[in-house]
Amino acid sequence: MSLWQEALVYLNDPFNWTRRGGILDLLAEHLRISALAVLAAVVIAVPVGMVLGHTGRGGGFTVALSNVSRAVPTLALLTLFAVTPIGFGPTATTIALAVFAVPPILTNTYVGFRGVDRDVVEASRAMGMSGRQVILRAELPLAAPLLMTGVRTAAVQVVATATLAALVAGGGLGRIITLGFAQQNYGVVLAGAALVALLAVLTEVVLAAVSWAATPGPKRLPFLRPASRSAAGTPEPTASGVPL
Amino acid sequence: MLSAASRDALAVDAAPNPWFDPSYVTRNWESILGYLGEHVRLTVGAVVVGALIALPLALLARRSRWLSGPVLGLSTLIYTIPSLAMFAFVAPITGLTATTVLVGLVLYSLVILVRNFLAGLQAVPPDVQEAARGMGYGPARLFWQVELPLALPAFMAGLRIATVSTVALTTVGVIVGHGGLGQLITGGFNANFYRAEIVTGALGCVLLALLADLLLAGAERLLTPWARGGRT
Repeated sequence: MSLWQEALVYLNDPFNWTRRGGILDLLAEHLRISALAVLAAVVIAVPVGMVLGHTGRGGGFTVALSNVSRAVPTLALLTLFAVTPIGFGPTATTIALAVFAVPPILTNTYVGFRGVDRDVVEASRAMGMSGRQVILRAELPLAAPLLMTGVRTAAVQVVATATLAALVAGGGLGRIITLGFAQQNYGVVLAGAALVALLAVLTEVVLAAVSWAATPGPKRLPFLRPASRSAAGTPEPTASGVPL
Repeated sequence: MLSAASRDALAVDAAPNPWFDPSYVTRNWESILGYLGEHVRLTVGAVVVGALIALPLALLARRSRWLSGPVLGLSTLIYTIPSLAMFAFVAPITGLTATTVLVGLVLYSLVILVRNFLAGLQAVPPDVQEAARGMGYGPARLFWQVELPLALPAFMAGLRIATVSTVALTTVGVIVGHGGLGQLITGGFNANFYRAEIVTGALGCVLLALLADLLLAGAERLLTPWARGGRT
């Protein structure tokens, strides 16, 4: 039997999905940890990015933060939190993931706010808007596309990275892969890898749709865009993260 | 799995377990050096192979819009796949060897490199290309003497990003037993939360990434002497 057939057999067995600690349990745990981590990161990073971007301070700081975060292996961060008094388990994993989700959201929020046309800000001030109104009614909608891109990057990264928790005895879908390796059962390894990859791609697709719907202004379908732009080739943005 | 309650019984609470322990490094110098060597070999190999594949791909993608769409789309898809899953996909074919890690790392570095190479090539002003062609430059000479130097800053930026993220990614190779310094991180975790070993692995990765970034920045300075004049 080929490995892919073995993987299919594993995935086709309802017991593997529904038993305790089965695929469904791991999936729920994976999603719960990821959602909490992204939410925490949004709550921390978006207001800070808004203030820094509005005042125009901290540009060097955000760029440096996003560069340094690239060099820190997530595995190290997951492990480091696990050996602190927090102990390993869902809490340590969530904190580590939230820490990793902050830089892309912060950087994109900052860049989005900096990118707002100064004339627009001037005009809204001249219309009598207060500082808070300028931020919420003028700058935020205009910065929304980039902000959402940051959240999307962070969320996909977090879902992918939550897989790594299994390497340090944490939970989540990565466990299927590590267990497969531990039992030398490559069929299970492939099944786990396929599940994890599918979840990550699904996350990307769903969030792309959400950020498209959440962006104000005229909407063009995302798959129509490359035709209208010069033939692609956007360089890897500094704000985006490492795949993990 | 251990629960929080049973953790008190572990040696971590009884024995002194400092975060930084220079004696650990001196005692285990040989094995640390071995892991560091593997880490460097994997990183350099992945970036070099990635660059060798990415350059022709970027040149192809620039030729037509029809090719650039799929190339960039595929690379985005690869970037979405978690590293653990990537290594798991490759492992059944190549086994528990360093090749598994290398293949996964090359795929990830390709994504960054193709994008940056393509952006660099597309940023070459058409006027310059026209002028060079008008002066009788053939395609090969045009590429080597005009386009490559002009696109070099974007190329180097891609190489730097790819190198730094590859250093961080290599650690995940522990899943097949070839994670370079990542072996220290999980090794320390499995050895009763031995902090000195974990911190050595983690700091080693960060320092290695920074050193590699510095070296590439230096190389960029050497390769683009014309860009040095104006800037301070």
